Amino acid sequence: MSEQGVDNSKRQFLTTALTVVGAVGTGYIAVPFLAQMQPSTKAKAAGAPVEIDISKIEPGQLIRAAWRGKPVWVLFRTPEVLEILATDTGKLADPDSLESIQPESSQNEFRSIKPGIFIAVGLCTHLGCSPTFRPEIAPNDLGPTWNGGFFCPCHGSGFDLAGRVVRGVPAPTNLDVPPHHYITDTLILIGEDASEAST
Amino acid sequence: MKSNYLNDCTSWVCRRFPMAKLWNDHMAQYYAPKNFNFWYFFGSLALLVLVNQFITGILLTMNYKPDASLAFDSVEYIMREVPWGWLVRYMHSTGASAFFIVVYLHMFRGLIYGSYKQPRELIWIFGMLIFLALMAEAFMGYLLPWGQMSYWGAQVIISLFSAIPVIGDDLSLWVRGDYVISDATLNRFFAFHVIAIPLILVMLVFLHIIALHEVGSNNPDGIEIKDSKDPWGHPVDGIPFHPYYTVKDIVGVAVFMFFFATVIFYMPEMGGYFLEHANFIPADPLATPEHIAPVWYFTPFYAILRAIPDKFAGVIAMGGAIVVLFLLPWLDRSPVRSIRYRGGIYKKAIVLFVISFIGLGYLGMQPPTAGATIFARILTAIYFAFFLLMPIYTRWERPKPLPKRVNEEPGLEDRIPAIKQSFAAMTHDVPETRDGHTVMHTRPDASGIAHELSKLGRKIIRSLD
Repeated sequence: MSEQGVDNSKRQFLTTALTVVGAVGTGYIAVPFLAQMQPSTKAKAAGAPVEIDISKIEPGQLIRAAWRGKPVWVLFRTPEVLEILATDTGKLADPDSLESIQPESSQNEFRSIKPGIFIAVGLCTHLGCSPTFRPEIAPNDLGPTWNGGFFCPCHGSGFDLAGRVVRGVPAPTNLDVPPHHYITDTLILIGEDASEAST
Repeated sequence: MKSNYLNDCTSWVCRRFPMAKLWNDHMAQYYAPKNFNFWYFFGSLALLVLVNQFITGILLTMNYKPDASLAFDSVEYIMREVPWGWLVRYMHSTGASAFFIVVYLHMFRGLIYGSYKQPRELIWIFGMLIFLALMAEAFMGYLLPWGQMSYWGAQVIISLFSAIPVIGDDLSLWVRGDYVISDATLNRFFAFHVIAIPLILVMLVFLHIIALHEVGSNNPDGIEIKDSKDPWGHPVDGIPFHPYYTVKDIVGVAVFMFFFATVIFYMPEMGGYFLEHANFIPADPLATPEHIAPVWYFTPFYAILRAIPDKFAGVIAMGGAIVVLFLLPWLDRSPVRSIRYRGGIYKKAIVLFVISFIGLGYLGMQPPTAGATIFARILTAIYFAFFLLMPIYTRWERPKPLPKRVNEEPGLEDRIPAIKQSFAAMTHDVPETRDGHTVMHTRPDASGIAHELSKLGRKIIRSLD
């Protein structure tokens, strides 16, 4: 190709202009391509609240339910357990739940609306495994400092029976408490706060 | 040449497509060093396993259902009711582990013979990208059977993205396509596993081989065979890849097939290492198995993740463990390539590295007890020290003088006298009289064995200098 009589500045302008137009076009088509991998409308709608009936729960028992595909726990804590939770706070990373996720009604000492009934999303805040329920005191495998709680088998994070994470484990925050409220004394609605329900 | 139908046909094609040129450039006139040893089988074996995964994968797709309510049962259907389905499935699942065994050995070869060093940096980079694509492929494939381990493994790995500050939560939501691992996740992982990643893999393998054939293969002596050429311009220490190495690789393939078939037919689950026991239970989003661990080939990196007591730092360390491998060509400042001519420091560093990698792999399969975590931290430190201190210690070491030409490897026949001698040293003859005849019996000799072992030990220690 002859370079004679070529206006290089025009050629450069055309090249740049075409590149910019092409990049903008690529950007536009990238949006639907990437966005179609977002949760579908159906998946978003599936997050409806669920009711849990706790009329048959026994002291010390843990009930599991599913909400938005996640395990939700309801634990009946005895006065002895509450006694331990109130005193054994030295080992905790976030005893007052300042960094953790819970509705306002549960941001207190026992992380629950009623001290005896504890509700949490049963997924470790580290990488989302479901911790195992280990209510026993000082079992062989967990050591003498274990005062009952939840132990994540994946990466060794420990939580007490209020879902508060102990120090020096990979989990960064306490277990999440989902928005919830009591419809009656024995019926809990998971997924909605009392404030949302009244509106 | 006599004109016949076949020749006419070939020349018709060759006028339109560079068939003969491609064949010559990459096979019949591609000169490879003549001193390739055991370690040089694994490149072609990796290609063989890739083909195995493609063929068995296509066959599995014909009966597998990428639907959360059907996936687990469709795999069992393949195992029990599809003719030879069990074989195809076991070839695919065993092939995944075989792929990693072969690729890890292939990478180790590069490490000890300096195959990543100038001018082969890009071959190493393409190879590392293949390794990365392979990890993505294996991870997504493991979700498809929709067992407990599939489900919770994917849950853990996708949650890794959520550790990234600011965009993390939205990113993991985008990857899952739902608030939890669900049908949407399974379906898209299927798409990535059977279409997207295999395409990327094939393209990367192509680039890897093109880059290799541009600069030529390295060899166990780590010297350039192109430096000494015969009058025709061919390297004197090179031999055409075809037929010499195609035929030699067939031997490697036969030995590999022997092990591969043994696993497929006699131990397809490999005691829970290739197919984990918990994966024979359908996925249950409400309960994590008591002990969860990734498949063996991910455990070294998984152990690094667990060793760090902070979520984000752990993810960074795990990613960093792979990123440092990419940087290897620039971390190594030694003037020689092969371990044969390197100083003692590098040899000892490699030994420590191998111990840390295997140790981390073991710890990654174990439950996270306090003692195991401390060990994992020490080994993680060694792993990173090997790479990050490399610019320093490779400058310290004193390499040995390089030969002008590659060394002739002693063959099996050349080794026979030494083997005979060592056998004689480890045994003694005992006379025994029976029915009036005296017969000499060869019996093991304890002091002889001890002596030979200490000789071997001294030899190994000497070879580390």
